[in-house]
Amino acid sequence: MSGPKAIEVQDLRLAYGAREVLHGISFDVGHNEVLAIIGPAQSGKTSLLRCLNRTIDFVGSATVSGTVRFEGEDVHKVKDVFGLRRRIGMVAPLPVGLPMSIYDNVAFAPRCAGVHRRGDLDTLVETCLRQAALWDEVKDRLDSLGTALSGGQQQRLTIARALSHQPDVLCLDEFSIAIDPVTTMRIEDVLKELSREITIILVTNLVQQARRLASRTMFLWNGEIVELDTSDVIFSNRPNDRRTYDYVHGIFG
Amino acid sequence: MTDPALSNPRTVGPRPRRRAWAVIGERALETVIRASGVSAILFVLAIFFFVFREAAPVLFSDDFNFLEFLFSAQWYPTSDINVRYGTWALTVGSFSVTALAMVLAVPFGLGAAIYISEFSGPRQRETLKITIELLAAIPSVVWGFIGLTVMSRIIVALTGAPVGVNLLNGGLILALMSVPIIVSIGEDALKAVPDSYREAAQALGATRWQIVFRVLLPAAKNGLLAAVLLGVGRAVGETMAVLMATGHAVHLPHSLVDSVRTLTANIAAELGEAPVGSSHYQVLFLTGVLLFCITFAVNLTADLVIRGVRRK
Repeated sequence: MSGPKAIEVQDLRLAYGAREVLHGISFDVGHNEVLAIIGPAQSGKTSLLRCLNRTIDFVGSATVSGTVRFEGEDVHKVKDVFGLRRRIGMVAPLPVGLPMSIYDNVAFAPRCAGVHRRGDLDTLVETCLRQAALWDEVKDRLDSLGTALSGGQQQRLTIARALSHQPDVLCLDEFSIAIDPVTTMRIEDVLKELSREITIILVTNLVQQARRLASRTMFLWNGEIVELDTSDVIFSNRPNDRRTYDYVHGIFG
Repeated sequence: MTDPALSNPRTVGPRPRRRAWAVIGERALETVIRASGVSAILFVLAIFFFVFREAAPVLFSDDFNFLEFLFSAQWYPTSDINVRYGTWALTVGSFSVTALAMVLAVPFGLGAAIYISEFSGPRQRETLKITIELLAAIPSVVWGFIGLTVMSRIIVALTGAPVGVNLLNGGLILALMSVPIIVSIGEDALKAVPDSYREAAQALGATRWQIVFRVLLPAAKNGLLAAVLLGVGRAVGETMAVLMATGHAVHLPHSLVDSVRTLTANIAAELGEAPVGSSHYQVLFLTGVLLFCITFAVNLTADLVIRGVRRK
């Protein structure tokens, strides 16, 4: 145990108005680890991710307490919140191609961060699109609108975009919700490749996907961590909590 | 066992059917709304036809020079010996007042729209929107009063111009009248940009200004352009306020503090005095046709520009 973890969360509470949705949760994520978060709808998974890179700030009614540390630094005390968001990348559940060309979509974040040399951008765009397994399909039409791509392509475009600012942590929020199984498998391969270099937090409704990708899995339910353990334990026949077993084996509720 | 009539609705009676009057009612309603839609075209054509009919005799008379009408700055409609009908000074007046108004109103209006839509809190937003709608509801003659009294005194005091009713005054008044339109339409256009774009850009570490300039303005450009053009339309067509604020001198302006007269103000001021059927009367109607053509050209260009933007 040397140095800070990639992400350390302590007693994180989040309320929208008077309704508390995260009831004091604590966990940490090591470097280059793949952590899966599973759980039914409305259990606070997306809200949890938004606390990590502070995009929760934009929700007026949200109040957050507890600490989130990124590389040992409290995210609520960082001076450059925009820089923080670039270090913790986020992929939303429904792909949102920004209304600009494919090239500009991927070059958006680097440009916001101050990279303007055409050559640097060209290299970066190609690298990111290759990493997201999209380069071969779009290399001849980088100038066409990002929003004109198919759903699965747009999802890979958002992954390329999230990689474009070279994040240390990549959060994926149910990325496979809008895409077909074949594309999903391709992206999963991409993620396996990426996990050698960066930390990945994967929110998913697909229990099997968590099992395939994650070294550890968290079962979040009603804003509380029911169980957090290695995926081997969570998906075994003997997890520590009966509810985990029920959820994973589809006999929940 | 339950009663079979309860478990299967088909056995209760005949298949439910819409009543005849409901079907006829819908058809009738469709006819009515189609008629109201088509009537818009009809009205435009009819207005053009009736205005043109009044103007036609002078247009085809021998001593009328069409080029002179368009490009001569000499407007002496009531002279006994040297009658001249040149509207160039009026056209230039209309364009210069409108251009000045837009130079002032567009940055101001779009800035306010961006502030209300992206930067203000919910309570402030409501207050601002209500206030701006109130501003839009002020009658143009009241704006004319303001131009004639308040604004003209300020202009005389600040610039030392001999008269306060001039191009600058008219431009300011028209700018104030166009801003509310630009703000409310522009704000609608920005609000119509999906929040998912904002969220995606936020997650990529964009600052508020980067979101505004790189995502929102490109995404809302059609709506914003429409807002600006509605402002232009308002400014070109405005009559009463410019009549009172611009000084009403037929004269090619050389500076901001020169008095001018616009096409609209000219028609409003002179039509009552021109004998019906006289050539002066007919030329005024021809000026109306000219105005009609100008606004038509502006709208058409706007449409084509918006289409061009959309294709890219």
